[in-house]
Amino acid sequence: MDLFEYQGKEFFAQYGIPVSPGALVHSPDEAVAAAERLGYPVVVKAQVQVGGRGKAGGIKLAADADETRRHAASILGMDIKGHRVEQLWIERASDIAAEYYASFTLDRLAKQYLGMLSARGGVDIEQVAAEDPGAIARILVDPVEGLSEPRCREWVVAAGLDPAATEGAVEVLLKLYRAYVDGDADLVEINPLILTTDGRVRALDAKVSLDANSVFRHPEYKTYDATQVRDARERAAHERGLQYVGLEGEVGVIANGAGLAMATVDIVHQVGGRPANFLDIGGGASADVMAGALEVITSDPNVRSILINIFGGITKGEEVANGIVTALGRVEIDAPIVIRLDGTNADQGREILRPHLSERLELAPTMLDAARRAVELAGGARGAEPAPGGGGGERR
Amino acid sequence: MSIFVDETTRVVYQGLTGSQGRFYGLLNREYGTQVVAGTNPRKAGTDVEGIPIYATVADAVAATGATASAVFIPAPGVRDAVIEAAEGGVELIVVITEGVPAHDEAWFFNKLRRDFPHVRLIGPNCPGVISPGKANIGITAGHIAQAGGPVGIVSRSGTLTYQALYELKQQGIGVTTCVGIGGDPVPGTSFVDCLRAFEADPETRAVMLIGEIGGAAEEEAAAYIASEMSKPVVAYVAGVTAPPGKKMGHAGAIVSGGKGTARAKIEALRDAGAKVGMNPTEAGELMVQVVANL
Repeated sequence: MDLFEYQGKEFFAQYGIPVSPGALVHSPDEAVAAAERLGYPVVVKAQVQVGGRGKAGGIKLAADADETRRHAASILGMDIKGHRVEQLWIERASDIAAEYYASFTLDRLAKQYLGMLSARGGVDIEQVAAEDPGAIARILVDPVEGLSEPRCREWVVAAGLDPAATEGAVEVLLKLYRAYVDGDADLVEINPLILTTDGRVRALDAKVSLDANSVFRHPEYKTYDATQVRDARERAAHERGLQYVGLEGEVGVIANGAGLAMATVDIVHQVGGRPANFLDIGGGASADVMAGALEVITSDPNVRSILINIFGGITKGEEVANGIVTALGRVEIDAPIVIRLDGTNADQGREILRPHLSERLELAPTMLDAARRAVELAGGARGAEPAPGGGGGERR
Repeated sequence: MSIFVDETTRVVYQGLTGSQGRFYGLLNREYGTQVVAGTNPRKAGTDVEGIPIYATVADAVAATGATASAVFIPAPGVRDAVIEAAEGGVELIVVITEGVPAHDEAWFFNKLRRDFPHVRLIGPNCPGVISPGKANIGITAGHIAQAGGPVGIVSRSGTLTYQALYELKQQGIGVTTCVGIGGDPVPGTSFVDCLRAFEADPETRAVMLIGEIGGAAEEEAAAYIASEMSKPVVAYVAGVTAPPGKKMGHAGAIVSGGKGTARAKIEALRDAGAKVGMNPTEAGELMVQVVANL
């Protein structure tokens, strides 16, 4: 779960990480009222879950009420890399002496926590990493041992921050580590972490991603889940507990298992079509789940054909077929459907489907045949140029 | 031979009294796995269809000589269950449970590595491990796999693993062992661990590797294949056309920037000498050719 900056700062504040006082607003009037309360100058910041807000004009300094109103009006409604700005964070401006970068995340190869700290903050850190990897001080932390104060201090010294920032940085980083671990975050990132002219260290931004699997011990994270950015289709799928990612194409995809669903999306591309989505219905393929999946797929106006790709393991082919038949009786579907059913008792499953077959409902023997037919039914290949070995090439 | 599990593996099921544990524990026993015990502190002394229940893994090991544990405990209890199993004295822990927090996984992975280096963990969030004809620990449908070898399978994805087992069986090709390592951020057993074990197993003569987008495990596997593997490897990587920045189901399946893309993984595997199929069927066909030329 990705948090907005204002939520990330709220999260940081719970762990004692200093952040600037601020307020979330939705209109220029609210922005001015907040600024009056906080005191000028203020910073008007677009709340979108995408990097590069500043460059896009989504962060502006305002010295008075007029400027606050003007900036708020221009930033609200702005489109930043496909994200529409609907909320602003108004925050008291800081006197900045230096800007740093700090983060914790998982190093998946080392299977330990990776801390990164750099004296070159406030800019695109990936660019810094590419051009001057030595500018980022890295530490690996063993989750069992944790991060000790002496080790944290060595890390801060190694990063070459202003000596005036050392004490404050050690304190903030130890708290950031606690937030990362105790808060079950996948990522905590501060860019910039600032040293103020009066010698304090503070988080000026907050990028936090929380582990959705940890909600059982953080029930309050459900409120963050409710603010996740989803399109209408993704909302519909989320409400039904389905794993869904909306894509741009015309072939609706339903499969059981994330790997098989991904493979199905790939294969639709390979035969020249464009998948409308990724949808994993999990292992069972019951009538309820299948009906929910079909409802989500048919809610997408771009869908011209539907490809159902099920591999029966423990769940037998008959059960899968019965689930599909029941679901088809419950959901009104305009688009033609191609089913590929394989695995345990697939023959028996196909026999159950056979009486229901028509020009709107077809069976295909293999994944590849099914994909070809579904793409044909969706209006044919779109001239997608298969990439080396197939799939996802540039389109013209 | 086979790797990690065979007919001598004696398994205790943590969570045997729960619905999932009971369902798969009994299926595994029916397959021929030595299901010797279950645990539940509140039901010690009872049994599940003749399988005795003990309070702890240590009790089960003492009474039955269990050598492996299968964990079907709900996600909040997995961290404690893994440590209980290691302290209880088993050599292999297979965690089927999905939805385990990443910080728990990182913690018990490092705890095992430091304090129980002889214990192998497979999973969490995996279909388990099957040595066809010998033992099946987990949720794989045993009958879709043909016993005997010469192919070993290692996979990050559940259904694609089943697909691979099934396609090989239809071609009359047997499997020594199939390990589902799971798609989570901190898998207990990696591709490289499995490749090393297959390389050392005389009956495994070719390996199928099934990867997906996210992380760098396939790249790590490619480096191992290039430098250490003498046996042929056929690979498939799902997610070639996944859009950047989207998560597709698995926590592990995250693409960011140029790293972890299916394309980068495919290139690394090809450079290492592996044959890479662009869809599961093509990978199966490549394996048929490889086996024919062994």
